[in-house]
Amino acid sequence: MAKMKVEEQRKQRTKMSGALMLIEALKAEKVEVIFGYPGGAVLPIYDKLYDSGLFHVLTRHEQGAIHAAEGYARISGKPGVVIATSGPGATNIVTGLTDAMMDSIPLVVFTGQVASNVIGSDAFQEADVLGITMPITKHSYQVRDIQELPRIIKEAFHIATTGRPGPVLIDIPKDMTTVEGEFDYEQDVHLPGYQPTVHPNHLQIRKLVEAVSQAKKPVILAGAGVLHANASNELRQYAEQQNIPVIHTLLGLGGFPANHPLFLGMAGMHGTYTANMALYECDLLINIGARFDDRVTGNLKYFAPNATVAHIDIDPAEIGKNVPTKIPIVSDAKEALKELIHQDGKRPDITEWLAQLAEWKTNYPLAYKNDAQTVKPQKLIEMIYELTNGDAVVTTDVGQHQMWTAQYYKFNQPNRWVTSGGLGTMGFGLPAAIGAQLADKHATVVSIVGDAGFQMTLQELSVIQELNLPIKVVIVNNQSLGMVRQWQEIFYDKRYSHSLVPNQPDFVKLAEAYRIKAFRAKTEEEAKEVLKQAFSLSEPVLLDFHVKADENVYPMVAPGKGLHEMVGVKPCDESLQ
Amino acid sequence: MRRIITMTVNNRPGVLNRITGLFTKRHYNIESITVGHTEIEGISRMTFVVNVEDERIAEQITKQLNKQIDVLKVNDITDQAIVARELALIKVAVNSTVRQEIYTLIEPFRASVVDVSRDSLVVQVTGEPEKIEALIDLLKPYGIKEVARTGTTAFTRGAQKNAVSYKTPFII
Ligand SMILES: Cc1ncc(C[n+]2csc(CCOP(=O)(O)OP(=O)(O)O)c2C)c(N)n1
Ligand SMILES: [Mg+2]
Repeated sequence: MAKMKVEEQRKQRTKMSGALMLIEALKAEKVEVIFGYPGGAVLPIYDKLYDSGLFHVLTRHEQGAIHAAEGYARISGKPGVVIATSGPGATNIVTGLTDAMMDSIPLVVFTGQVASNVIGSDAFQEADVLGITMPITKHSYQVRDIQELPRIIKEAFHIATTGRPGPVLIDIPKDMTTVEGEFDYEQDVHLPGYQPTVHPNHLQIRKLVEAVSQAKKPVILAGAGVLHANASNELRQYAEQQNIPVIHTLLGLGGFPANHPLFLGMAGMHGTYTANMALYECDLLINIGARFDDRVTGNLKYFAPNATVAHIDIDPAEIGKNVPTKIPIVSDAKEALKELIHQDGKRPDITEWLAQLAEWKTNYPLAYKNDAQTVKPQKLIEMIYELTNGDAVVTTDVGQHQMWTAQYYKFNQPNRWVTSGGLGTMGFGLPAAIGAQLADKHATVVSIVGDAGFQMTLQELSVIQELNLPIKVVIVNNQSLGMVRQWQEIFYDKRYSHSLVPNQPDFVKLAEAYRIKAFRAKTEEEAKEVLKQAFSLSEPVLLDFHVKADENVYPMVAPGKGLHEMVGVKPCDESLQ
Repeated sequence: MRRIITMTVNNRPGVLNRITGLFTKRHYNIESITVGHTEIEGISRMTFVVNVEDERIAEQITKQLNKQIDVLKVNDITDQAIVARELALIKVAVNSTVRQEIYTLIEPFRASVVDVSRDSLVVQVTGEPEKIEALIDLLKPYGIKEVARTGTTAFTRGAQKNAVSYKTPFII
């Protein structure tokens, strides 16, 4: 009886167009903001968007839209939503999809497509978006039947946000947006081929507890998995309970408080000496939600050579992929940590290890030689850190300034840090800040970018101005593709092939053209002054810092070297300055 | 090392693309693929023969395949008791003097002649890939004009008597 009633209700459901279904589905998903750009194939969707009450941000380039959605997702913990038109609109989001795939950022991306009856005929603005994006999405769909649309959208949100998060793309042929069907969004998601393991295996947990109790030199390497799982508190509790020092990957920063005595800093190519030496010397390495990226491990031949490796990851394919793993734990980081805390195993005796770590910390801290006559980029980051009490949401672009920010901005809280890690996408920082600010309207958002990368997506200044987002855009202007220049200096005999850009535009005037306040600083004194001014204003401000142009990022693990072979660990090492 | 991987997948548009794309992306070498319907509607079965360097990569392949949403089940059945079969069509050059000889030669292989023309005949053979190789080798001296092979399709036997070396590809 009851079943028949439900059936009847279903029949009575009013029919609606695909475009309206999309709007209704986004409302059902409680989507707060859509980042997008219209075009022919999505006109029916934009028509329904017009008076939908949904908040849509028109970025000035589709790449801006998808990076903004990534920034939004990173800070809000919710999926970022993007709409792009067919053909060029869709191909413009390819970089962002790859970026989100690499850094496990949940996105639901809608692309328009030419009408079903002309697909495959090289129609105007047709591109094989499904084909192009297959390797760079967690999953993708093309709508072939209007009745499938609600289910597809529901599955897309589910897949994007569960397990290891990632981007899901839905390609919608134009006719599917106008044809009508019944909208049923109450259905359950049924995906037999997708059942992420969330809870840890008890046996493996016991093995880890045992290994910890025996360890002399244990260390935790925590990645972004901790942040995705919302497990910062558990990480801290566990580290304190077992007295195990913690190292972060670039993307994990903020998962564990940087000012905690057990924190050793960031690992990898530009990590701290202590973190890298700890990874080299440890006898038990507990990886939590990191994927042993090559920038973290250096040459694998020398990576943690004496360690028993335990790896907690929601993605089983990451375990054992790069580093042989003795204790594999497929699980959500929070669930595994909760279980480990609950086990309350025997604390290892690591007095000697802690003494060794303390000695490295004292003898080889991150350091640089200051020069008040110019703006030292490291000093600049420290000043921003102090001015914002370490509470700001910080986004960066890719290059030297990114590494300096990771080194000198001390993240004590989770979800304040937005950077492009796996793909290293120049042009990410500015649009990501837009999404971050929309995710946390009260946060102080600082976007630290390079003079080169900024110009890859600077048109998004328009959006910042239009929405009056009080973002502080900090250009670390070294008149060069700094990171490239650094490698050419060190590894290519100072042959600066296409990395010097002495004719960068007047960024202050440029910002002013976008009706954004802007200041320039060339000395430490001026820097202090303009920073103070900028952070006192509740409107967008762009700051152009002419930093010491030939500064290099140190310490460094050169490519092909092991983590124990860092160079530039001492600021007094003149040859490196 | 050679691995035989079977899987069941949702028969959705692009699923084969997803899987072969994954092989390309991760630099895995495919020796052969077979695809066909299963007893369940909407579900297809694939058999892959791949060449990998070591166990670790074999494990990676199954794990990466498993991550695909449309992949329902993956099994590396190499070390199990399995039935693996391939079909080949071999067009051999013949003249009246050797025709009979070929009939005799293929008999122990339980192969059959499925097409005859004045100067060639087509032999159909099914079996394990090694058997097919052996027959091709034997026919070579007569002059092989064309070979079409389906690639291996396989599944596990009903009873696993010597499944000792079977390793689950999953780490729990
Ligand atoms: C889209 C893209 N193209 C090229 C690169 C290679 N790359 C990495 S860092 C860098 C230089 C960045 O220069 P800038 O934005 O000024 O930052 P800086 O290193 O000077 O701080 C380049 C070209 C990249 N990461 N992304
Ligand atoms: Mg630069």
